[in-house]
Amino acid sequence: MLARFIAPFHAFLLALVLIAFTGPAFAGPFEDAVAKFTTDDFSDSEEAVDAIASSGSPLAYPIISALKDERLMFDADTKKVYIKQEDGKAVDAATGAPVDAIPDSASAVSLNNKLRRHIEAALGGLTLQSPNLDARISAAKSVFKSHEEAALPAVEGALAKETDRTAKAFLAQARAAIILFKSDAAEVDKLEAVATIRSRGDQDALAMLSDIGTDQPPAVAKAAASAVSSIQNSLAIWSGVQNAWYGLSLGSVLLLAAIGLAITFGVMGVINMAHGEMVMLGAYTTFVVQEVIRTRYPGLFDYSLLIAVPLAFLVAGAIGVLIERSIIRFLYGRPLETLLATWGLSLVLQQAVRTIFGPTNREVGNPSWMSGAFELGQITITYNRLWILCFTLAVFVILLAMLRFTALGLEMRAVTQNRRMAASMGIATSRVDALTFGLGSGIAGIAGVALSQIDNVSPNLGQGYIIDSFMVVVFGGVGNLWGTLVGAFTLGIANKFLEPVAGAVLGKIAILVLIILFIQKRPRGLFALKGRAVEA
Amino acid sequence: MPHVLTRSLDRAATTFVVVVAACGILIPLSNLLLPVGSVFQVPTYLVALWGKYVCYAILALSIDLIWGYCGILSLGHGAFFALGGYAMGMYLMRQIGTRGVYGNPILPDFMVFLNWQKLPWYWYGFDMFPFAALMVVVVPGLLAFGFGWFAFRSRVTGVYLSIITQAMTYALLLAFFRNDFGFGGNNGLTDFKDILGFNVQADGTRAALFALSCLFLIVAFLLCRAIVTSKLGKVLIAIRDAESRTRFIGYRVESYKLFVFTLSACMAGVAGALYVPQVGIINPSEFAPGNSIEAVIWVAVGGRGTLIGAALGAIVVNYAKTFFTSGVLAPYWLFMLGALFILVTLLLPKGIVGTFNSWRMPMRQKTIAADAVSAAREDGVSEPKMAEQGP
Amino acid sequence: MLTKIAHNIATMTRRRWLAATAGLALGFAISPVLAADDTIKVGVLHSLSGTMAISETTLKDTILFLIDEQNKKGGVLGKKLEAVVVDPASNWPLFAEKARELITKDKVAVVFGCWTSVSRKSVLPVFKELNSILFYPVQYEGEESERNVFYTGAAPNQQAIPAVDYLMKEDKVKRWVLEGTDYVYPRTTNKILEAYLKSKGVAADDIMINYTPFGFADWQTEVSKIKAFGSAGKKTAVVSTINGDANVPFYKELGNQGIKATDIPVVAFSVGEEELAGIDTKPLVGHLAAWNYFESIKTPANEKFIKEWQAYTKNPKRTTNDPMEAHVIGFNMWVKAVEKVKSTDADKVIDALPGTEAPNLTGGISKMLPNHHITKPVFIGEIKGDGQFNVVYKTKDLVPGDAWSKELDGSKDLIGDWVGKKCGNYNVKTNKCLGSGS
Repeated sequence: MLARFIAPFHAFLLALVLIAFTGPAFAGPFEDAVAKFTTDDFSDSEEAVDAIASSGSPLAYPIISALKDERLMFDADTKKVYIKQEDGKAVDAATGAPVDAIPDSASAVSLNNKLRRHIEAALGGLTLQSPNLDARISAAKSVFKSHEEAALPAVEGALAKETDRTAKAFLAQARAAIILFKSDAAEVDKLEAVATIRSRGDQDALAMLSDIGTDQPPAVAKAAASAVSSIQNSLAIWSGVQNAWYGLSLGSVLLLAAIGLAITFGVMGVINMAHGEMVMLGAYTTFVVQEVIRTRYPGLFDYSLLIAVPLAFLVAGAIGVLIERSIIRFLYGRPLETLLATWGLSLVLQQAVRTIFGPTNREVGNPSWMSGAFELGQITITYNRLWILCFTLAVFVILLAMLRFTALGLEMRAVTQNRRMAASMGIATSRVDALTFGLGSGIAGIAGVALSQIDNVSPNLGQGYIIDSFMVVVFGGVGNLWGTLVGAFTLGIANKFLEPVAGAVLGKIAILVLIILFIQKRPRGLFALKGRAVEA
Repeated sequence: MPHVLTRSLDRAATTFVVVVAACGILIPLSNLLLPVGSVFQVPTYLVALWGKYVCYAILALSIDLIWGYCGILSLGHGAFFALGGYAMGMYLMRQIGTRGVYGNPILPDFMVFLNWQKLPWYWYGFDMFPFAALMVVVVPGLLAFGFGWFAFRSRVTGVYLSIITQAMTYALLLAFFRNDFGFGGNNGLTDFKDILGFNVQADGTRAALFALSCLFLIVAFLLCRAIVTSKLGKVLIAIRDAESRTRFIGYRVESYKLFVFTLSACMAGVAGALYVPQVGIINPSEFAPGNSIEAVIWVAVGGRGTLIGAALGAIVVNYAKTFFTSGVLAPYWLFMLGALFILVTLLLPKGIVGTFNSWRMPMRQKTIAADAVSAAREDGVSEPKMAEQGP
Repeated sequence: MLTKIAHNIATMTRRRWLAATAGLALGFAISPVLAADDTIKVGVLHSLSGTMAISETTLKDTILFLIDEQNKKGGVLGKKLEAVVVDPASNWPLFAEKARELITKDKVAVVFGCWTSVSRKSVLPVFKELNSILFYPVQYEGEESERNVFYTGAAPNQQAIPAVDYLMKEDKVKRWVLEGTDYVYPRTTNKILEAYLKSKGVAADDIMINYTPFGFADWQTEVSKIKAFGSAGKKTAVVSTINGDANVPFYKELGNQGIKATDIPVVAFSVGEEELAGIDTKPLVGHLAAWNYFESIKTPANEKFIKEWQAYTKNPKRTTNDPMEAHVIGFNMWVKAVEKVKSTDADKVIDALPGTEAPNLTGGISKMLPNHHITKPVFIGEIKGDGQFNVVYKTKDLVPGDAWSKELDGSKDLIGDWVGKKCGNYNVKTNKCLGSGS
């Protein structure tokens, strides 16, 4: 993440370096440190990073950030180290002088987690005064995490100059963290530090305060302990909020998967066992779109999902219409035969996808606006879940509006309520049937686009959702879109509140048993259709 | 009793019984008596394979009894089959005794390596065959009775019933996957040694199990025939064709349904119990909803409401599965199986036997039958009534 | 065909019925194919459809590739090898049925197959009864040593314990989350690890064990639980025995919730190159996996294998993985053993296999042990941005596979020895061969 923010800054720094640094190479501690990379040994590299970070050399930042991104190349034979810049050019790491080409024998300095932590700490110290605000904040955060005493002057210097309030708060926390672990800091300062860290109130603060070591003054230890319990209490409340959010998010996934089925099964009465495969086709459409974008138009990657949504709708919808015309239409009035035929169809579709795309998972990437998370109070909200929730609600509203306000929607409702009457009124019922099935399938297709962001894109994708989808539709009440909405969110939230208590497996079993019991109480679901049309 | 037999055995039924009996006698004899390699000797592997098909045929019969004659579409019948199988599997596990890999006389292997100290209470008694045999019918029967008691009294019908039966088998699937549940988790029960003192893997035992499966198929078939041709059967068909009307006439619909559903679950349990020693493993995947759906499809392929068709469908579809999954066709077998389901639905809507019957039937009877069928449909046989609402 | 039979049956009179029945019964016998003597048949028992196809299809291709290569070298014993491929369709009883078919009907000399533990358990009685040979290429829970099975994947001591050792030493991990799918392999591995960690002085409070169902997709709660568990001030790591399909959503959630390898590293035993092919690995850089093979290991043998494999599959991006290497080793061992005894007879080959050596792809020589497991090197790799692994640790010597775990009460005194004791579960305390293994 850091790299993305500081890339421009890094180029700028490097340019500065190149202007300033043109003299011949001379041996010194810095050069020795750089040469340590050529052994490609983790502990040597660690020492090199620490030495370079504290050397004050203007090359320190470019070298360490290159190391982080695996762009730092070494040649064991010539004992030379090179920085491969992001624009493809190369410089000698020891001198900063441009090099024509990195020799083929060079390879990247390898990393492990311990080394990565050293790098993060070192980069944090180096970028505390970066002109870029995000870079400064993440630098402060990594100093907070590593809380090394050596960084204290840098943090204090940065704190004095900092004007942004957020960055200032993070810097103050970083400073507090260092002071808390500084053995010779005054007790007053330490108490103040505990208070500052306590104000963060998150899991990082909790982690830090519960592990302050044994050599702290008693007052500090006591303050830390009380801070820990207060943070734990507030986190317990937040965890309820978090469960609710997780439930909403799971509910939105269930709704998205079920909403197409609510049309084909709920409205048309077709027991569509191939519904999951329509979802899968949507996900594979996304994959194909991303492949094309990756190879032809890499710049469009962030828009790939926007392009995939209509395409997935068209692909799945067209296949839906095809299925309706070639199979389902011969089976109206015999819903159980549709179960049989669509089950066969789902086998065929799965195997077809397996033959075309191979049996393994396909990579569907998250566009940048779908990756990562943000903190809301003390809960983490991931962007992909948030967008999926918004997307689901949008699909729901559009579908509802379509059924209510368009001519096609009117015809659909007419045909499902009373086919013969609708036909007598001049509605081409068979055309409406095909379009309705196509609509349901198309919506399943766009569900696939969203689900490709959180799940496997494999031929088995659809099977994982089919049972849940049926449960949602039946629980909510067949033939009622609002029922599907309420059903999905109820099941999602109930599941997420049960899961921490009962565990994932028992939680799911409990939900299934609850559905079975609920159906006994209300045999036609949450929102049953009323009137004579219902009774068989 | 004799009049029950004469009533229930029409020509087709008699021939079915005779054929199954002949297979049940001739195949084991040929396997055991003829020298290996002889053209007429049935290899043991085919005996085991066909034994499996016969168990599936019993399962299919049990589904046809409730679906074909009473309109209850259970998408969870595999659960009863699997429970019967587990009851038998538990007996077989206990029979292993000290021959398990850890040599523990009481605990099955999977309990030893998960550090269980003593046998859970629900495993008690399974070392005795009569108890296990009783459980084979009692456990599925009780579950079906309890489930049906609630569902039928609450008048859960049609697709709602189908979906909650699916929820039931899915919940059981998840439960049996749990290792804490004490049934071996995903690995299930396996590595059986002997049954009633006979080695399960011996040719003689296999032949006997095959013959026994055929016998139970005949018994199950005769039982079903006796039911569907009796007065009780007429009421069941009435419930299938018009549940509300039957209720208004004064029949206690839920009692009839409960009886036939429980009976059917017991039959499925027996099928599962016969299946396990022949296949050599019982594992939670038998509870998978897909398996139950497939079993319903066998019935549909063979012909719903014909009994013979159900058994035949189970054998045809499974034979096709065996045939297609080997050799050059292996990569394409799902295409074939899928296409089979679609084509049967479109071209043979009454299944193999149903189509054959209506083709053989004289014209007059045909129209009557057709009327009956369409009446059944219009009254919604366990089908969601969304689309068609005739005045 | 059967529809036709049904048709015929129904049109026949009763007497002809009987005749037809007898004919049908006898007709079974005609099906066995005449075995051609000029080839040696090799059975391939991997699911090509259903949930396991995702992992197993590659192994089928691997065996076909190895057979092809061997035939180019002139086959075995002067005969060409012929693959017999069947599809057990991720259906466990079907595994047993297909194994029986391969051995009885197709008369294969050896079978390479299975992935899940349950599929192996399902075919085990068949191999014992019909006395044939199975090579099983996947890391598994151990606690088994059968005469007819050769285990070329890792036993727990060849994967789990070295990985935990590494994290304890390098990352100073003090607190452990054992996260797994609820089935036998994770259960057993976690039991072993729990006992091992406790023996190393880890408190019970510092171990959290958690199970999720197969194909679990909604990891939000679990991941946040891990995060909370990791905020107790001690260095925390996750040992993941999550099964194939559930991994992609798990890692996606990890990446999105920002759990970095530098904070809480996750070490996985079932995540290889194939599984990572479905994920953008940039947020996951630094998380670990322990295997006996990585595609990225630079040895001449491995580079040659990858080149030929990609040429064979006509796919320059086709990845390789650990179970594939296990098949390579197993296949070569089988060829060597067959050539040594100049026969494909199961008894002779089974006796010849222990002690047989074959080079693995990472530069060592693996050896078949008397307990039917093999010696393997253990590598720990960190996930890189390109979906490959960067090896950060390697055991000095090859580690011999333990059939029976030393950490479990039930099995600590057991050994498998098919050479001296002729027993898979021999109790060294009581000097008795337990159970049926004799």
